[in-house]
Amino acid sequence: MKLAVMVNEGPYQHQSADSAYQFTKAALDNGHEISRVFFYHDGVNNGTRYGVPPQDDRNITQLWSELSKQHNLDLVVCVAAAQRRGILDADEAKRHGKSGDNIADGFRISGLGQLIEAGIQADRLVVFGD
Amino acid sequence: MSETIKKFLYVNRKAPYGSIYALESLEVVLIGAAFDQDVSLAFVDDGVFQIAKGQKTNEIGMKNFSPTYSALGDYEVTKIYVEKESLEERGLTPDNLLHLTYEDEDDDYAEKDSIRFVSRAELSEIMDQQDVILSF
Repeated sequence: MKLAVMVNEGPYQHQSADSAYQFTKAALDNGHEISRVFFYHDGVNNGTRYGVPPQDDRNITQLWSELSKQHNLDLVVCVAAAQRRGILDADEAKRHGKSGDNIADGFRISGLGQLIEAGIQADRLVVFGD
Repeated sequence: MSETIKKFLYVNRKAPYGSIYALESLEVVLIGAAFDQDVSLAFVDDGVFQIAKGQKTNEIGMKNFSPTYSALGDYEVTKIYVEKESLEERGLTPDNLLHLTYEDEDDDYAEKDSIRFVSRAELSEIMDQQDVILSF
């Protein structure tokens, strides 16, 4: 089955960030296609590479980055939600005069149209949130 | 873009200013309108407060975004379901809500009500008919 995933909560604050990752990984392991993972609301905070969780804890951002590399997974962070919360790629940082970017490997910043498109194209859109 | 037309339902469950879900949900609806899908909105639980009329937010330092709901008709978002039980549980009546309308292009642009009051059971059936449900 072709699935798309929406992640609406930030890492560590809310289990749905973990659940979204675990669901995505399980779906891929079972031969399903994940056409896109879309990060919205505080979910965009999953895409910062500046998080430094304790060493004996999981690093959710890094898990996503590794999964993306393994499966060529499309991880899209909503630009409007990202701007509010300070998630920037190099282009966005330059455009807004900020000193650096913080987007993690495998993530890209794009618009809400990517969410609607994912909903249209996938057999199921699975939403993780509060 | 795709030629597929799917039934999208946006379910709004939360009060408008306590968290950002309501505002960012509305942003998805407005962007999504450009995709020519079959769009409906539902307001349930505390989400019914999102379309309460007479919102004043200056003292909490936030923007009152409720006027935007009145523009949804211009975006061809014309099916807005409000759950009756959610209203009653909060002591609200239809008179407490914004009057949301659209111009029906198939009926000489007559102004029609966008809001349809439905029971919890009816809303459950509406949800069952959808292809994509985005819950905020």
